Amino acid sequence: MIAIKTIDLTKNYKDICAVDSLNLEIKEGELFSLLGVNGAGKTTTIKCLSCLSKPSTGDALILGNSILKNEIEVKKLISVSPQETAVAPNLSVKENLGFICGVNGFNKSKSQDYTLKTIKNFDMEEIKNKQAGKLSGGWQRRLSIAMAIISEPKILFLDEPTLGLDVLARRELWALIKDLKKHMTIILTTHYMEEAEALSDRIGIMSKGKLIAKGSAIELISQTRAKNFEEAFIEIAGKRGEIK
Amino acid sequence: MKTAALSLRNWKEILRDKLNVSFGLGFPLVLILLLSFIQKNIPVSMFELPQLTPGIIVFGFTFLSLFSGMLIAKDRSSSLFMRLFTSPLKPNHFVFSYYIPFLPLAFFQAVFTYIVALILGLEFSIHILSSIIISLPVAIMFVSLGVLCGTIFNDKQVGGICGAFLTNFSAWLSDTWFDINLVGGAFAKIAKALPFYHAVEAGRYALAGEYSKIFPDLWWVIGYAIVISALAIWVFGKKMNYDK
Repeated sequence: MIAIKTIDLTKNYKDICAVDSLNLEIKEGELFSLLGVNGAGKTTTIKCLSCLSKPSTGDALILGNSILKNEIEVKKLISVSPQETAVAPNLSVKENLGFICGVNGFNKSKSQDYTLKTIKNFDMEEIKNKQAGKLSGGWQRRLSIAMAIISEPKILFLDEPTLGLDVLARRELWALIKDLKKHMTIILTTHYMEEAEALSDRIGIMSKGKLIAKGSAIELISQTRAKNFEEAFIEIAGKRGEIK
Repeated sequence: MKTAALSLRNWKEILRDKLNVSFGLGFPLVLILLLSFIQKNIPVSMFELPQLTPGIIVFGFTFLSLFSGMLIAKDRSSSLFMRLFTSPLKPNHFVFSYYIPFLPLAFFQAVFTYIVALILGLEFSIHILSSIIISLPVAIMFVSLGVLCGTIFNDKQVGGICGAFLTNFSAWLSDTWFDINLVGGAFAKIAKALPFYHAVEAGRYALAGEYSKIFPDLWWVIGYAIVISALAIWVFGKKMNYDK
């Protein structure tokens, strides 16, 4: 089944076309990475798909629901882990998770069950009573992702989830994301080529708002005859004049 | 449920900010002590406790505008709000969640001020309870002002507008520090067209047990509270969808 289908999705900001007639299909259970240099249109695409930004023209279907006509239904199916860590800093880890359960309309008992389950699944037992704002960057990002998945979304948008993390914290998050892949469709944006290569089923490369290439990392390497995926990305994005 | 979850989070955010609690309770305490001592040394009828206490309560409520405005302005600039905007919440869920936690805080503030006034020599009467109840629509009006400012301005601007401008403005025009009828002219007309003077007068009448005189003044406060609340919800809804 198709999880996400964009139909000529376009977003203009005054004279700038941030997303230009995007046509894309992402299958259910797939981890699809969106790559591109800064300003390529990745975050704007995610904002449109998560109903934070209304497309100028075109539409997108989230499990068959139009982002224009069925916004509330779409919001019940998705969750977003924004680029910056999105936690309530004065609340504890446990309180943050309970808060998101409440926001999603869970009753007290369900909220408690899901909170405990998530703490266990994310190995956050030892920090569950600590104030979120006082955690390390890695733990905060982990909590931020936990908050995004606690409502069991069908589709998860991860916007640069490992930005600014050290190698160990990044590798830990990769393991977590690989585990999440089994349960939901994930759309990931990243600037780390090795991250996209390690985690993605398919990768889309955006440039100046357009989707200029898509396929698995191996397919993209083979298309460009590059030595590795980073070289392939440079070759593809470079052709569009993004990299000089 | 959704509003309750957001309210609980806001309640914890307010109480865990020690500056909120110390200013909210401490400032009215300092003022009532100071003015009572002035009154004992240089008797001024305006600073007699039955006249002064309702004015101090209204002045103390200006801090509710500051705190609610700061909280919402800081939230708006955080990634947490981006996450919440992609959840199935509506503008009224957000706006009411900012009102609810401030009402018990207003109640405690009014009770605390009356306890201090009683210690300083205010005669106990059942009318104190009426005056506290009368203060709740006043609190709603001040929180509405905070929510409106926090929705429009950033946290630094809210600090200036609610922290400096509103506290002074409401103090001068409330008939607490000086008799506005003695100033007369345009000043008195402006003061009587705004809700602060009426809020203090309604509290004074309630404390004096002159219930028949409360309502012309209380209508002004309720009217302002309704209009500002409606405006706050409308502006918040607009801001929530500003990009759409």
